[in-house]
Amino acid sequence: MEAIKKCGVYLRQKIKQLFTSKSFIVSAISLLLALIVSGIILAFSGYNPFTAYVNMFGGAFGDMSRVADTLGIATPLILCGTAVAIAMRGGAINIGAEGQLYVGAMAAALTGIFCQGLPAILHIPLCILAAAVAGGLWAGLAGYLKIKLKVNEVVLTIMLNYIAIYLTDYIVTYGVKAEGMVVKTPNVAESAILPALYPHSRLTIGFILAVIIVFVVRWMMKKTVFGLELQAIGNNLAAAETGGVNIGKQFLVTMFISGALAGLAGAVEVMGVHKYFIKGFSPGYGYDGLSIAVLGQNSPVGVLVSAILYGALRSGAQVMDRMTKIPSDFVGLMQALIIIFVATPGIIMAMRNFARRGKKNHD
Amino acid sequence: MTEFLAGLGTLLSGAIRIAIPICFGALACTICERGGIVNIGVEGMMLAGSFGGVLGSYLTGSAWVGLLFAILAGVLFAAIHAVLTIKYKTGHIISGLGINLLASGLTTVLLVSLWDNRGKSDAVASLGTINIPVLKDIPVLGDILSGHSPLFYILIVIGVVMWIVLYKTVFGLRVRVVGENPQTADSVGINVTAIQYICVLACGAIAGLGGAYLSIGDIGLFSRDMVAGRGYIAMAVTIFGGWNPIGAFGGSLLFGVAQSIQFRLQEVAPVQIIQMLPYILTILVLILVKNRPKGPAAAGKSFDREAG
Amino acid sequence: MNFVEMRDISKYYGNVAANSHVNFSVQKGEIHSLLGENGAGKTTLMKILYGMTQPDSGTISVGGKKVRIRNPKDAINLGIGMVHQHFMLAAPLTVAENIVLGYEPKKGMFFDFEGAVKEIEALSEQYGLKIDPRAKIQDIPVGQKQRVEIIKALYRKSDLIILDEPTAVLTALEVQELFGVLKGLKEAGKTIIIITHKLKEIMQVSDRVTILRSGEFVCTKNTADTNPNELAELMVGRKVHAMEESFGGDVDESAPVFLEVKDAVYKEHKVKKLNGLSLKVRSGEILGICGVEGNGQTQLIETVTGIIKLRHGKVLVRGEEVKDPTPLRMLNLGVAHIPEDRASRGLIKDFPIRENTILGYHRRRQFSRRGVLNIREMNRYAQEMVENFGIKVGSIYDPVSSLSGGNQQKVVIGRALSQNPDIIIAAQPTRGVDIGAIEYIHEKLIEMKKQGKAILLISAEIDELMALSDNIAVIFGGQIVAQGKASEFDERRLGMLMTGYGKEEKEHGSH
Repeated sequence: MEAIKKCGVYLRQKIKQLFTSKSFIVSAISLLLALIVSGIILAFSGYNPFTAYVNMFGGAFGDMSRVADTLGIATPLILCGTAVAIAMRGGAINIGAEGQLYVGAMAAALTGIFCQGLPAILHIPLCILAAAVAGGLWAGLAGYLKIKLKVNEVVLTIMLNYIAIYLTDYIVTYGVKAEGMVVKTPNVAESAILPALYPHSRLTIGFILAVIIVFVVRWMMKKTVFGLELQAIGNNLAAAETGGVNIGKQFLVTMFISGALAGLAGAVEVMGVHKYFIKGFSPGYGYDGLSIAVLGQNSPVGVLVSAILYGALRSGAQVMDRMTKIPSDFVGLMQALIIIFVATPGIIMAMRNFARRGKKNHD
Repeated sequence: MTEFLAGLGTLLSGAIRIAIPICFGALACTICERGGIVNIGVEGMMLAGSFGGVLGSYLTGSAWVGLLFAILAGVLFAAIHAVLTIKYKTGHIISGLGINLLASGLTTVLLVSLWDNRGKSDAVASLGTINIPVLKDIPVLGDILSGHSPLFYILIVIGVVMWIVLYKTVFGLRVRVVGENPQTADSVGINVTAIQYICVLACGAIAGLGGAYLSIGDIGLFSRDMVAGRGYIAMAVTIFGGWNPIGAFGGSLLFGVAQSIQFRLQEVAPVQIIQMLPYILTILVLILVKNRPKGPAAAGKSFDREAG
Repeated sequence: MNFVEMRDISKYYGNVAANSHVNFSVQKGEIHSLLGENGAGKTTLMKILYGMTQPDSGTISVGGKKVRIRNPKDAINLGIGMVHQHFMLAAPLTVAENIVLGYEPKKGMFFDFEGAVKEIEALSEQYGLKIDPRAKIQDIPVGQKQRVEIIKALYRKSDLIILDEPTAVLTALEVQELFGVLKGLKEAGKTIIIITHKLKEIMQVSDRVTILRSGEFVCTKNTADTNPNELAELMVGRKVHAMEESFGGDVDESAPVFLEVKDAVYKEHKVKKLNGLSLKVRSGEILGICGVEGNGQTQLIETVTGIIKLRHGKVLVRGEEVKDPTPLRMLNLGVAHIPEDRASRGLIKDFPIRENTILGYHRRRQFSRRGVLNIREMNRYAQEMVENFGIKVGSIYDPVSSLSGGNQQKVVIGRALSQNPDIIIAAQPTRGVDIGAIEYIHEKLIEMKKQGKAILLISAEIDELMALSDNIAVIFGGQIVAQGKASEFDERRLGMLMTGYGKEEKEHGSH
């Protein structure tokens, strides 16, 4: 009994800390501002922002199946967001999560299709591992070129995204295309399908896996030599070098892990949602990962919360899209505003100062 | 021989068509980064230009008014990037990504709102092409240089003017110093902020024109996300071109040639492999071209007098 | 008549007063030194005068008129020019372009490069400052860069030129040349302010001197009425002994050689930064490396700490060659490193103090097992170091950037000394810290020597080298050109040697 009580007190403390921390407040205000500004844009475009938001909210949290979908969509977002956040902490800008996701998805699909006859308990981890390795290597390639040949990693990872998308398309079309007009692979084996947590939804055990990974990454950042060295490089490369960190190796490993997580995001989509690889399956989860990392301020738990929020936006937008004439791309606009506000605390400060001055004048 | 030359003419002419929007993007990036502001938002600025062009043309029936709208749209998005990076010192990459998302979301919302169509706009007047009187009759050369959109000729003028401004005028000297070492510029009384605003806004205008080429340059309609990564390729071309307008021409033409060879190869190799080529080529070029000129040293860092 | 008068100037950064009610005035046609320790507020005061930062209170008059200097442009228009310690030059551009920047000659719409070159050639003749206007800044040596800065101020028709620590990067010869130029400028009617903390230079070149101490005005004196001892006391605020005493002594020749560098050669951009450098440091010895900045000190430090790899030659630790040295390997061999620039190499400013106290040693069993950090031990260790080294902190969890410069340096020193190293590479160990911390750091180094450590001391302060070292080695052009007991050298001889005059002597000797 005593232990549970202690646990409760601890949790309450932690939650209080979270909600009163400066980064949380900045994120929350940014979110609010983004809602207001995009509402105004909607109004100017001739839509009713209130109907839009009501529909979106209902779409995201209306009933259990909607909640399940929200969390289901959040799953790859959590992984991509964590992927980008790790890279950022380690001093790399990984705009390549989208490509790593495709490569990972393909690896999972191939493993899922061709390794028949394994029990699920082996087959699922095998597919996940394949996806992680594939995504990791894809990102590692970018890391290698950056370190050895000093190629600009921003341009590099963007180019690799296109290459990954065409490459996987090629593999499907010429290698493992299922019958029919649609460019997709046959279904993966039954034993490679992630069990659903809620029937007929996108929510699978992939979500649990993603949440576990978030906490593992958090632990890694705070409590391990690896996390210390990774962040040392991200903060001050020369000091890290002086402190005996093997810069090249650590950077490669950082990129590999980042890519592996993005690859996992691909795997949960293939093994949980679609059951096959289909051309163009990602609506830009990898790019979303970037804005999620920004919104979550590169902290694993921040990313988790932000990703669920983005999941809600996306699943809400699907309903809004059906119920109103507003296209679901509207979410992109909201996301843009959110990251702009989060990355620019100056705007919020300026508003606060303005409000204070107004108040003073009033007195 | 004549057949070969004619073939070459068509190839180059096609290459130029592909290179035009990328070159606009690269020129936009060049002026922006010369002023010390990294701009991955050029993709979004081009998209805004595409939409603005169609909107102007749709509202007035004149493609030339559309062009004006395209410039304004590009400048509007550039203004956001400028305020964020220069005034509020937001990370340049993040601000640029924000611009891209914003442009993509906003144009789609407006697309549906105006034309009730999720994929593309109604057809509007386009700029058409210009045949240059004497030039068009010269064999091969005429095929290559004549019969393009008026924007091609505008592009050449912009490129030449930018080169002259950067390397032959006082303003250009100041721009180069600002991108290299803003503290230096500030210490001799140059208004760093003003120069950076001018560079970013000019970048928006040029990117807007590049976007307009895609929408009202030829076909005369806007389709969703029609810039399709050309802005990012333009960034690579900027690096390849050594942050020099002439280099931007060379880089985008090389890309155009690669792309147009790709169209011919489509009969012999799988389309996806061919589609990958330009991107692989970009990476290879970045790797292989040694002794690339270094970019502006202070690009990507927001200037803060007190911190310096 | 006072050309510039600054009254009651205060400037705060957060809660720290960089300047507090400072009064400062300069007469027309004089050379005026502004003296003070690091952090005394000299540069801040001059940045205010040059419009680079705004005072929180106080007034400025120039030529008898009250003015507001909002930015450098205002200052330039008032006839004030400044040569910054870190030169304000754009490296890929030409000398001419850099000089005329902001006031460029035009020909029609265009920049008149040839016109600029002509004007600069005229100026350079008038004041006897030789320079090639067409050369690129990145291709000329430091002394010439400074000349470019001075011509830049003259080109802007400055009547008052402020020089911030102008001699820090110059060789002794270049310093004399600079002083000649300054005296010439004075004769031409210009007013000069020199920011410095070098007493001898003040005595040599200036007419008057103003002393600042921790942001406050102390006094202004005629140079003729004062002497270095008095100036030092005024600058520090009490009697100074530390630097005049010498702690050096004889080294036990039978003591084992802990660190040895043999025939080190290292190239950077095709320039031989180390050119056959050899040295030995024994247990219980402080070997001081004396030289003008940029003669291979940085590369020597980076060689013995494993940051760079030599082209030829080797590094031996306790007599054994280190194969493929890396920073980690050197740390593990007991070579502790106090980096010359704590901000760029020493500390990770956003990390907590705790993490900074173990950085480099975090892989040791004391702090981590199988890659998992021992947080409890880290806390204890950091707390202990904070107490042992008298580091003033709020909490060990605060970012290290929240500490003052002196306390940051103590973290760097504490980290290097607490893991029982055999060899200590101490590079500029007291740069940018106050006198109290300097004395403390010196005591610590001497204590380490007495424990039998081998210490390689690299310092730009000759006084510091003379006070601490048992032996001194003079580095010039990537080589050790002279070596001997500290007591055998005096400043004059060191000054000659470090600018290359002794080298010929030695070569003659070997013939």
